Amino acid sequence: MKDNTITIDGKPVPFQDGDTVMDAATRAGVYIPHLCHNPEFTPHGSCKLCTVKVNGRNCSACTFPAADGQQVLNDTKELNDARRTITQMLFVEGNHFCPSCEKSGNCQLQAVGYYLNMLDTHFPHFFPNRRVDSSHPDIFLDRDRCILCELCVRASRDVDGKNVFAISGRGIRTHLIVNSSTGKLKDTAMAATDKAAQVCPVGAIIVKRQGFEVPIGERLYDHHPIKDVSLQHEMEVAGGDHG
Amino acid sequence: MPLTDAQKDSVLEFVRKHGAKATQLLQVLREVQDEFHHVPSDAMELVALGLGVPLTQVQSVTEFYSFLSTEPRGQFHILISDSISDHMSGSRELMAHLCGKLNVAPGETRADGRVSVDYTSCTGLCDQGPAGLVNGHALSRLDRARIDRIAELVDGNTSLTDWPREIFTVRDNIRKKGLLLDQPLAPGAALKWSMMRGFDSTFAEIDKSGLRGRGGAGFQTAWKWKFCFEGPEELAVCPVDKNQEAERYVVCNADEGEPGTFKDRVLLQSYAHQVFEGMTICAAIVGAHQGFLYLRGEYLYLRPHLEAILAERRRQGLLGEKILSRAGFDFDIEIHLGAGAYICGEESALIESLEGKRGVPRNRPPYPVTHGYLGRPTVVNNVETFAAAAYIALKGGEWFAAHGTEKSKGSKILSICGDCERPGIYEYPFGVTVAEILRDCGARDTMGVQVGGPSGTFIAEREFGRRLAFEDLATGGSFMIFDRTRDVLEIARNFTHFFAHESCGFCTPCRVGTSLLKNELDKICLGHGTAGDLLELTNLSRLVKSTSHCGLGQTAANPVLSTLERYPELYQARLNALSFEPGFDLDGELAIARKLTGRDDANAHLEQEGA
Repeated sequence: MKDNTITIDGKPVPFQDGDTVMDAATRAGVYIPHLCHNPEFTPHGSCKLCTVKVNGRNCSACTFPAADGQQVLNDTKELNDARRTITQMLFVEGNHFCPSCEKSGNCQLQAVGYYLNMLDTHFPHFFPNRRVDSSHPDIFLDRDRCILCELCVRASRDVDGKNVFAISGRGIRTHLIVNSSTGKLKDTAMAATDKAAQVCPVGAIIVKRQGFEVPIGERLYDHHPIKDVSLQHEMEVAGGDHG
Repeated sequence: MPLTDAQKDSVLEFVRKHGAKATQLLQVLREVQDEFHHVPSDAMELVALGLGVPLTQVQSVTEFYSFLSTEPRGQFHILISDSISDHMSGSRELMAHLCGKLNVAPGETRADGRVSVDYTSCTGLCDQGPAGLVNGHALSRLDRARIDRIAELVDGNTSLTDWPREIFTVRDNIRKKGLLLDQPLAPGAALKWSMMRGFDSTFAEIDKSGLRGRGGAGFQTAWKWKFCFEGPEELAVCPVDKNQEAERYVVCNADEGEPGTFKDRVLLQSYAHQVFEGMTICAAIVGAHQGFLYLRGEYLYLRPHLEAILAERRRQGLLGEKILSRAGFDFDIEIHLGAGAYICGEESALIESLEGKRGVPRNRPPYPVTHGYLGRPTVVNNVETFAAAAYIALKGGEWFAAHGTEKSKGSKILSICGDCERPGIYEYPFGVTVAEILRDCGARDTMGVQVGGPSGTFIAEREFGRRLAFEDLATGGSFMIFDRTRDVLEIARNFTHFFAHESCGFCTPCRVGTSLLKNELDKICLGHGTAGDLLELTNLSRLVKSTSHCGLGQTAANPVLSTLERYPELYQARLNALSFEPGFDLDGELAIARKLTGRDDANAHLEQEGA
């Protein structure tokens, strides 16, 4: 007899057929930190922030299927330490200067850093040399801030049907590319109203002429921890998805 | 420079030749690279149009594989293997010599476009190194005389076809034959017998043999075949038995990229019939009609030989339509070349690569065995596994299971290199001790052995009584020997650099972590490490190991962890007494400023505090 229940940190959590651990957790109001995951898109499993222990083994909650009787550990010191280190890795890999970034206060990377009590970037910075693309009349692409979550890739491919973005290169030289013969955003079909222009969790893709409409200090994560914002938004999506 | 019409035609011809199929993207790009010494952006657009894929896919594949480039490489592109065994036999000195002769630096293309040189990951000739590649063709037993000769040939602009054959000669070096290597099978013998006895009972023999995957992970071969035959659950519950209609695939993983492994090279050179026969038997059992041999780019030289064997098998009715005249038994094998990416040895990355994409490992579950190539049930097995399966089909499961240990039946073919008198191929029953192997290959004053390649384990002298078996030391076959003159940290450093170079870049811990590990270990090896750095190295290693997406990241820290555990004192000895030293070199940072200002006086230098 199946009763479709897992436990997360000892608490029973029901799941539906086809759920990932993340789906089940979200519906039950349990926050698992994540960046590359967005319930509106196919799970990706690359940022590894949502690493949880399922029956003693590390798994990505966003891609791992829930199964009856699984014992999941989520909010533990060990896992949160690992998540903090992974967040620090994302910070040193790119060029993230929060004080001068238009996304500050609305940035999920920054907010996750706050949530995990990240006080410094710990590792030596890579200071990569990445190309900024301001060619598009309405959209600004700052690769310095890209965390390679592929949300724009998925949104442009699966929702906008435009395939504007892709990930190229390998290893530490992995980077975001644009689908046009010049490699510039202005030569693509992308519009500021596209889903791909809205999903960037950081300040890599920004719609122009909206900068500082809301002053820093009065933005989303300036007042609400990402845990609450994320659950509020994603529980709606999860509920809608599964009736 | 835009392509001429003739050049455009040749690109379009490559597309046509490969049936304008998107899955052939990597194969088409290999040809473009050969033709133009890089993949020009015009060619990318033509290929994208011709194959009906986004331009970004063409660019991202080009930028993923080491053997493809967006910048022009030389008409002669020479790569020197950077594996540790090549280092130990003098590859670094030979590279310097080659660069001096040709007036070019590693990673650069000479101004006249004639030649470029660079390092590459292990080329699978560790038993006859230092090794390298010229325009993809294997160079063996390099020495100063050979390098001089190569430089002359390049300067004389001699076509590769006119280069002396001995430069390219690759020897088998089979030193010890066992269960499999001892008696070559007559082509078709195992297949005919299987058909006569029935493929169901052949499957029962494979099951009885206890054969486990020879790539290193050791999954039960019979189970894999069974799961593929059964197919995915969603097909099984269909009202009509859709399972019967689902296409299935058999893939032979010949992307032998683990540094120090070269046994598949020898199996494909001298036992190719057995390998193809094993694949064909598997196809009959699981119900596949199409097979692929994923051949690593470094083994390009084996391709004509393998194509000839495939053609011979088609002539003999052992491949193609109506195999052995049985109606409905149709199966053929296509060779698909890699292009310099270790990660493609991981089975789901290999499948992505087969589909013409970047070699990024998939999320699992679902597993390739039910959702593999083009989403269809797919068996991916190692070269040696298929060869063993062919023998088992003929000689029976009991014959095989009589050798080896309880959980590791049969034999294992080892690739032995490093500090020993007789490097080469050795076949042993599972359960053999390290000490026995060391005796057989003439190793003396051995300090340690890297078992299973960089992703495996470094074992020290006191552990030489340990056994090769899934119960103790699991291995895909790499066995690298180091004598007491070798530096453990340099070995770990070579391997750590390798993983940073080969990380696919998909997940954060591996993409960033392997590069951080590399930098941290460099810092210690260059004498800038302190006690804090050792702690840092340990913590970082544990994180990369425990949170990475696939086997590459999960094993990338093994060289550090296994040597640190065994030789902490060697690491300690490299540390500075300071409590902290910055990871950067203050004076080094001023080098560009000195160059710009043309100064090099004492005031243009900074002394590091405490140094």
